[in-house]
Formats: sequence, structure tokens, C-alpha cells
Amino acid sequence: MTTLTGYAARIDDLAHALGMRHHAVDFELVPDRFMMETAVYGLPVRMPHWSFGVRYIRHLVQRNMGHSRIFEVMFPGDPCRAYLVDTNALAENVLVVAHVLGHADFAHRNTLFRRSMAMMGGHILEQAAARAHRIESALAAHGQERVEAVLDAALALEAHIDVNRILHRQSGIAGDQAAATNDDPDPFLERWQELPGEKDLAVSDKPEPRTIPQHPEYDLLWFIASHGPELEGWERDVFLAVREESFYFYPVFACQIMNEGWASYWHARLLREADFLPQDLYVSAIKAHSDVVRPLATGRTLALSINPYHLGFSMWERIVETKGLEAARRICAEEDDFGFVRNHLDEELAERLDLFVYEAAADGSIKVVSRDIHAVREAILAPRFNFGAPRVAAIKLDVDGSLTLGHDSDSDGRGLDLERSERVLDYVAKVWRRPVSLHTVDDRGSRVLSARPN
Amino acid sequence: MTRRAPALRTTATERAATQTRVRFLAESPWYELFSRGARDWLRHNQKVRHAVRVQIADLFAEGDFITQPKERTVRVPIRLLDHARFRLAEPQKDRGAGQGGAQTGDTLRPAGNLPQDEGAGERGGGNEDGSFSLELELKVDDLIDWLSEELKLPELRPTSGVTIDEPEIIREGSGRRGIRARLDRRLTLKQALKRRAIQTDPSPFVDDDLRFHQLRPRQRQSSNAVVFFVLDVSMSMTAVERKLAKTFFLFALAGLRRQYHRIEVRFVAHTTEAWEFPEREFFEVTGSGGTAASSAFRLTQELLTAHYAAAQYNAYLFYASDGENGIDDRTPARASLRALSERLNYLGYLETRPGTTRFAQTDMRMLIGELIDSGTPAGSQVVADVGDVWQAIRHFFGHEARMHAA
Repeated sequence: MTTLTGYAARIDDLAHALGMRHHAVDFELVPDRFMMETAVYGLPVRMPHWSFGVRYIRHLVQRNMGHSRIFEVMFPGDPCRAYLVDTNALAENVLVVAHVLGHADFAHRNTLFRRSMAMMGGHILEQAAARAHRIESALAAHGQERVEAVLDAALALEAHIDVNRILHRQSGIAGDQAAATNDDPDPFLERWQELPGEKDLAVSDKPEPRTIPQHPEYDLLWFIASHGPELEGWERDVFLAVREESFYFYPVFACQIMNEGWASYWHARLLREADFLPQDLYVSAIKAHSDVVRPLATGRTLALSINPYHLGFSMWERIVETKGLEAARRICAEEDDFGFVRNHLDEELAERLDLFVYEAAADGSIKVVSRDIHAVREAILAPRFNFGAPRVAAIKLDVDGSLTLGHDSDSDGRGLDLERSERVLDYVAKVWRRPVSLHTVDDRGSRVLSARPN
Repeated sequence: MTRRAPALRTTATERAATQTRVRFLAESPWYELFSRGARDWLRHNQKVRHAVRVQIADLFAEGDFITQPKERTVRVPIRLLDHARFRLAEPQKDRGAGQGGAQTGDTLRPAGNLPQDEGAGERGGGNEDGSFSLELELKVDDLIDWLSEELKLPELRPTSGVTIDEPEIIREGSGRRGIRARLDRRLTLKQALKRRAIQTDPSPFVDDDLRFHQLRPRQRQSSNAVVFFVLDVSMSMTAVERKLAKTFFLFALAGLRRQYHRIEVRFVAHTTEAWEFPEREFFEVTGSGGTAASSAFRLTQELLTAHYAAAQYNAYLFYASDGENGIDDRTPARASLRALSERLNYLGYLETRPGTTRFAQTDMRMLIGELIDSGTPAGSQVVADVGDVWQAIRHFFGHEARMHAA
């Protein structure tokens, strides 16, 4: 422990000397199981829900079979929080400390992270714990069935926030009107209006809004919280709690390749330049590095997925090599994974990493269909589109309180999994307490799913 | 944070500044004491139990579980519950990015070669399902016990006086004589140790050391019951109705089995005539023509008188029918039912009406209604689906308990 503390302080000094900047980082050595649970829940203390139990047991089985091992969990904030496993070897934890500093530096630079922290402050973990505590008291007050029904709906819509909007929106009709009349600034419109000759695009002359929402509302969690016809105060709180946590998770999701690559680049560099580390410790740490940051395919084998650590690491190494560290830091500040991969994964690197696009057909056959750089980029990015969820928006709130959702099948390119969608509608209808329907289109034509509260 | 020159050597003041950047917190002891994951996993399992309870009737309707439930097991695949999210439909062709030395056009896996389980991470999309499933092997008997608890069946007491003494053999004490199978190893070893302690140069075991369990016969109070399951197998009874009846019979028996040491089950099927069947054939029987319930009641009465002395047996009858009884059978049915009911602890009538929500009065229900009004321990329930079967069971057994309490 004392050696680790000592090394950590000296690695941090080195990091600072190399120009890394970050908020304070609080490290904590925790038992393996706590670590795994934190990874499963996404936060060290979070609301209880049975679906976390399912994920937990999967992880437990995988861990017991030796498939997965968690080295580090890090939460950006001020201070950042990082957890290390107390049974891991010293060399591994030294590596993790360096890696965490890389994440902290990334969170300090990247615009998405900075924006999210500006909106919600640096104490998200404490706030999440407080929310979990409130949900525990709701459990005591309203019973498991009711609280679980609300969590079923809220967590099912976890990814359905509008990341282009701000976290703290006005609630209710005021929020809709504000959105429609630009009192509540839409960042996109703001930027649009700054363009020369676009100032006159005034929307204030428009008649008073008659429909709710005025435009398709993709922030479903906010919409339900502010328009749910018979939602009680504590139920609203649950939706908003899940929503705030989603805003917090979004930058991590949207920058996974960049962020992991950046942290890997820095842990490798910091260890290389830390001449105070004993030789054997350095060798063991670098061994752990190669286990984490390695291509999934080696030699003659092929992999049907890409290790984001390895991809990001290789990309950053190349960027620093060809464009210099300052350019790399600018990219780090400005891009998310979409811009990063589209702008900076070039043909030469993709060729060197042996990236390809494959197609798996229903008959079980798998074919390599392309090695074209554009196809490769889009294949890597496809699962990251729209927080990894289909584009579903609230379309209309009827006078009788029934809610119509619409799936934007054009931008998703295909229809919804109807069976699952129906179950989500059931969850929602239960707390919406009025009929809920969903319009979508698939290869057999347009579909309308509906659910009623029972 | 102040900007510093890139020097690797640190002074004492700089070290102090560093402490605020990287801190190690003391361990919190509660981490070892409480597992959120385990708590939510238990909640998941609770939900699975609930789901199994709802579906279990279907599970049972498949096999012959009624007469020989002991030693039987069922394998129940438990799927982990899936918390649904909006998700795109499975595409015809799933695209993904891969890595390795393959060229465009290469076939990585030929068609028709689907692996047994499409593991997580194998597909680009990361389909988690199917990589993990649980299968429970349950003893049918345990399951029924557990179900009875779920149903909260009240404890039934047998009619007083209807108990008999039954010989039983129990182990009691030990002695020097006996057969090998009843060797009491512990006591034998003790004897040997005592002997060896006082002997010089002892042999490990001698015949005198051996001790055997002894047996003693005793009389045990026991209560017996006979259950008649009577099923209308006329043309009007469809497969769905039979399934409902079968499910009902199973749980009615489960409820009784908990109360009686020994229970005998007889199966009677009827159209205009009545026959007794073994279980296997009972649910397969299809009759033709009309319905005369009186035939079944008379047959039951005969069986009762011939084989089950009133002083030794509690008697129960459960009758399942769609309620259609021939008009000319009304008077005979009323008479035979009345005669029979005097000998019964309880008569349960189950009317199977799948798919109907409104129930018109039927002949059979009217007859049973008359019985109930005259104070005979009887009950009647109409069931439309498996869910109603639970209600029916609760009703019948709840009634029994109330009778005894009164």
C-alpha cells in the first residue's frame, strides 16, 4: 500500500511534467466483488433493480470461468474517483494508476465531459448515492411493486435522452414552449443562428403551440417526468434520477475508443518514462498492459470484434507520431468517437490493423464483405449511434392523456424488435396510466403497437 | 493547480501539492458486508418463482403425475428474466467490424453451420442472450408441496373417528444379536475401544464388540382417504376442458395428500354410462353421445360401499363437467347425488367453460346448488382458464377449513 502510494505520487508528478492536467483523483483499494458490482451497476451506489441482479450473476459466472477480470473503474468528477482491486499485484495496480490518470486527463480536456460536468457538477457519485437512498425510502413508503414498476419503465428508457439538450430543462408545458420559442436554448439552433444571414430565422411569430410536444421529443425520460398525467412526485423523481445518470454516462459511452485509447497511450508512456520503477515491476506491468491492449486476432486467427483499447491506442500512437502531441490534445478536446474514427482512422492504419467488415447471415454463414475504409469506419460506429438505442420519440399527447410514440425507422434503417418493444410499452403504460402506442415501420409495412394500463 | 517546469526531481513543497492531486482513501469496511448484486439477484429469483407459479399448471398438464408423483422429476428450464429495451429488429444480415488477415470475399464460416450456442461476443452486435441459462431439476412432490404453500391451502382435519391403528416398525435400542444390515457401527467401535483400553495386546475387533440396532413394532394412528375424480367425457367436453379438469384434479389431490397418510385415488369417467379407468387411460377416454351424470354417482356409490368402510375412510369426490346433463337424467341425478353426498366428506364440482366470460345457469350447477343450500358440504366453481383453477382450489379448500372451524 505505501509503495503503491509512493509510486502513484511520483507517476502523477511525471504526468504533470509531461503536460497532463486533471482534477484531483481519489483512489480506493476495494475487494474484488465490490469492484465487479460497481462495474455492473455503473456507479458505486445506485438504485436497486432486479435487472442489475441478472447482470451481476452473468458477471459472477464469467469471472468464475476466468473470462473476465476488472482492473479499474474510474468516475470523472471533481475529485475523480477510482477503484483498484486490493488483491491485484502491485505491478498491475501501478499500471492502473497510470491508466486512471490518462482517463482523468481526458475528462479534463474533452468537451463532452467538460459540458456534462458543467451541467451536473463534480459530485455525481454522492448525488447518485443520495438518489439511491431516496428510492430506498420510496420502497419503504410505497412498496416493492409500485417502485419496481416505475424503475422498470425508467431504466428501460435509460438511453432515451436528448444529449443535444441541457440537463436542467423547465418541466411541463413551459418546457415545451421554451423549446419551441427558443427560450430554452437549443445548442444546435444557437450555432445555426450564429451563421451569417441566419439571424432572421425567428420562430417567435409562430402561433401558440397547440400540440404537445411541438416537435418530436426524443428525451423520453424528461417527457414522461414532466407530462405523465397522474405521476406522483416521487415517481417523477425516479425518472429524472435515471435521466441525470444517463447524461453522466453519455460522454463515457460516446468517447469509449478515444478515452480508453488515450488512457492506454498514457499508461504505456508514463511507465516507460518512470525510471524510478524497479525493473521487474516494470516488466510485470508491461505484461499486464499487453494483456489489456492487444488485438483480439493474432497470427492467423480472426476476430469478429475489435478491442477498443487496442484500436484507440494504435490510433493515438499514430496521431502523436505524425501530428505531434499538441495536435493530439486538440483532437482529444474536440472529438467524440464519431469524429475520431471518421477523421483519424486512415487507410494505412486500418490496413496495418487488418480491419475488415463482415456479414453474418441467418443461415450461419459469415463472409468478409469489405476492407474499404469508409465501410470499416461505419461498421465500427454503427452500434454507437444514438446512445446505442433506436430513435424513439414522443409524438403526441392526446387530450385524453394517451401517449403516441414514433420510431424514426428512416434514420435507424430498420424496424424494431416488436416483442421487446411491446414489453417496454407495457412498462410505460403502467406508470403513464393511460394507453400508450408506438408507430414503427418494418419490412412488412407500418406497425402500431399499443399497451393499456391494467 | 499551478503550472510547473517539467522537472522530474520533486522537492518537499511540490510533494505537498501532489498530495491533493492523488489521494488514497481508507477502505470502507461495509464493502465486505453487503452485496447489492446479491440483493438484486434474490429479487430476480423471487420474480422467477412468481413466473414459474403462473406457468406451472401448464407444465403439469403434460404428464401422468397424479398417481405416482414420488421419484418423478421435471426439468424446468429457467430463463433469466430479460429487462426489455427498445431494440432494432434482427437484420437479415448482421454487419460488424472484425480484425485479422482476411480478404474481401473470404468465407469465415460456411452456411448451415450455426454453433450450438451463439455465445456472447461472437456476433458483432454482442447478443447476450442464449449464452447463459439455468435448468432446475425439481421433484414433482416437492413442487406440489411448494405449490400448496403458494396456494395457502388451509390444514384440513379428517372427520373425527375415522382413524385406524396401523402397525409400524421402528428402531429402538441396541443388543448383541441382529443381522449385519443393522450393525450399529458407532456403538460397536465404542465397545471395542473400551475393551482395548483395558487389555494388553488387544485384537482390533472381537465378536463380543458387535452391537445391533433392535426393532420394535408399534401401533400408529393413521387416517386414510379415498378420492374419486369423476370426469364427464361426453362429446361436448373438448381437449381444453379436459386439460383444465386434469390440472384441477392434480392440485385437489395435492391438497388432500398433505393431510392424509394414505390416500387412494379412483378415476371414474362417464357419458350415459360410467366406467372406472387407470390414470393413464382416464384422460385419453373420449365418449360419444349424451350425458347422464347419475351413472357416475351410482358407480362411485358402489365402489365406496364395496371397498371403503365408512369407519376407515374419509371420502372425497371431485367432479368436472361442462354442466350439460341430459334432461331426463335430472331426477335420477338428484337422487343419486343426495344419497352419495351423505357418505362424502366433501363434494367439489368444477364446471369447465373455457373462453366464456358470462355463465348461464346449467343443470349440474343447479343440482349442486340445491345440495349446498341443504347444508351438505359441497362447493361449485366455474373455470374459464388455468388462472381460475387456482381460485377454485382456494374456494374448495377454504370451504373445508371453514366447515371444521364452525
